[in-house]
Amino acid sequence: MSWGFIRDLLSGVNKYSTGIGRIWVAVVFLFRLLVYIVAAENIWKYEHDEFECNIKQPGCENVCFDHFFPVSHIRLWALQLIMVSTPSLLVVFHVAYRENREKHHNQKLYKSPGKIDGGLLCTYLISLILKTGFEIVFLVLFYKLYNGFKVPRLVKCDMRPCPNTVDCYISKPTEKMIFLYFLVATSCLCILLNLSELSYLIFK
Amino acid sequence: MDWGALHTILGGVNKHSTSIGKIWLTVLFIFRIMILVVAAERVWGDEQDDFICNTLQPGCKNVCYDHFFPISHIRLWALQLIFVSTPALLVAMHVAYRRHEKKRQFRKGDQKCEYKDIEEIRQQRFRIEGSLWWTYTSSIFFRLVFEAVFMYAFYFMYDGFRMPRLMKCNAWPCPNTVDCFVSRPTEKTVFTIFMIAVSSICILLNVAELCYLLTKFFLRRSKRAGNQKQHPNHETKEETKQNEMNELISDSCQNTVIGFTS
Repeated sequence: MSWGFIRDLLSGVNKYSTGIGRIWVAVVFLFRLLVYIVAAENIWKYEHDEFECNIKQPGCENVCFDHFFPVSHIRLWALQLIMVSTPSLLVVFHVAYRENREKHHNQKLYKSPGKIDGGLLCTYLISLILKTGFEIVFLVLFYKLYNGFKVPRLVKCDMRPCPNTVDCYISKPTEKMIFLYFLVATSCLCILLNLSELSYLIFK
Repeated sequence: MDWGALHTILGGVNKHSTSIGKIWLTVLFIFRIMILVVAAERVWGDEQDDFICNTLQPGCKNVCYDHFFPISHIRLWALQLIFVSTPALLVAMHVAYRRHEKKRQFRKGDQKCEYKDIEEIRQQRFRIEGSLWWTYTSSIFFRLVFEAVFMYAFYFMYDGFRMPRLMKCNAWPCPNTVDCFVSRPTEKTVFTIFMIAVSSICILLNVAELCYLLTKFFLRRSKRAGNQKQHPNHETKEETKQNEMNELISDSCQNTVIGFTS
C-alpha cells in the first residue's frame, strides 16, 4: 500500500474528467506526487537527527523539536495530497453505481454512464468544491502552524528541561523553504484549475 | 509511484515522436533518470552526515551546510528531469484530443472515416502536421528553455561544476572562519560533469529535432506552392480547398503511417 494507490485512483478518474480535469490530474501526478516522492521526502528524512541545539542537557533537543514542529511539513504535505485526491472517489463511485443500475435493470438507462450530466454533474461539482476546500484548508494550516512558509535557520527555545534560552539550528532550511514555496505554487495552480473547471461546468 | 510512472506516461508519447525524439527519450531514461536513481542518489546520500566542519560549536555545521548547498544537486536534477519531461505531455494531450474527435466521428457513422473499429483509432499513429506540428514544436522549444534555465541555475549556484574539497565558512554561530570538508568531492564532480554532458547532448538533440521539423515544414510549403504554380488554371480556389481537405482526411485515415523517414 503506497502512493501507487493514489496513482491508480487518479488514472481511473481521468476517464470521466473534462479536459481541465485531466490537466489537474497531470499537475498532481508530476508536480506534486512525483516531486514529493523523488525529492521532498529525502530532504525531511533526517530532520530530527540533524536538528541541533547548543546544549548538552538531555531531552532539551527532543522537547524543542516537538515544540517547533508539532506536525512535520512533510507529513502535512502527504496528508494534503491524500485529502485532495480523495473527492475524486465520489465520481468513480457514482459512475459505478450507474453501471450497476444499468446491469440490474438490464437496459440502457443512460446515454453513457460516464457522461457528466444530471446527477453525475452534481457529484462532479461537489468533488471539485471539496478538492478546492481541502487545498485552501491545508494552505491555511501550513501558514498558521509555521508562521508563514519561511523556515528559519535558527530558533530560540526555552522549554523545560532546557536550562535557559537555547539556540537550536534547523537542517537544510533554505532547501526546505524552496520546496515549501513550490508546494504553495502548485497548490494555488490546482485551486485555479479547479475553479476554472467549476465555472466551465456551471456556465456550459 | 516513482520514475517508472513517468516512463509509462512518456512511453505513450514515443509513438508519435520523430526518430530524434525517440533517441532523446532513450537518452533521458537511460543516461539521466537511471543514473540518477542507481548511482547519483547513493553518492549524495550521506551528504550532510559526512559534511564535517572543524569546530565543536553546535549549529555551525548546519548553518554552513545550508549556506553552501541552498538546494542539493540531486534535488535540482530531479526537478530538471521533471520539468524537461513535462512538455511532452502537451503532445500526449493533443493526440488524445484528436483520437477523441476521431472516435466521435466514427460513432456518428461518418462515411468519410475508413476505420473498421475503435481499436484501429486507438492504435493509430498520427503524423506530425497541422496543429500537432505546432504543439510538438512548442514542446521542444519549452524543453530547450527548461534545460538551459536549469544548467544556468546550476552554474550560478555552485560557481561552476566543480565540487571543492574544502569550504571556508564564517556564518554565525561559527566562532571564526571554519574549515568545512565536503564528502566525496571527486565522485560528485565526476557525476556532475557527466550529468551536464548528457544535458548538453539532450540540448543538441532538441536543437537538431527543431531544425529537422522546420526544414520539413518549409520544404512541404514550397512543394505545395510549386504544385499550385504548375497548375494555376486547372483548379479554382474551392477545388484546391476540397483537394486539401480530401488529402488531410485520407492522410489521417491511413492505417500504417510512416513518419519522417524519407
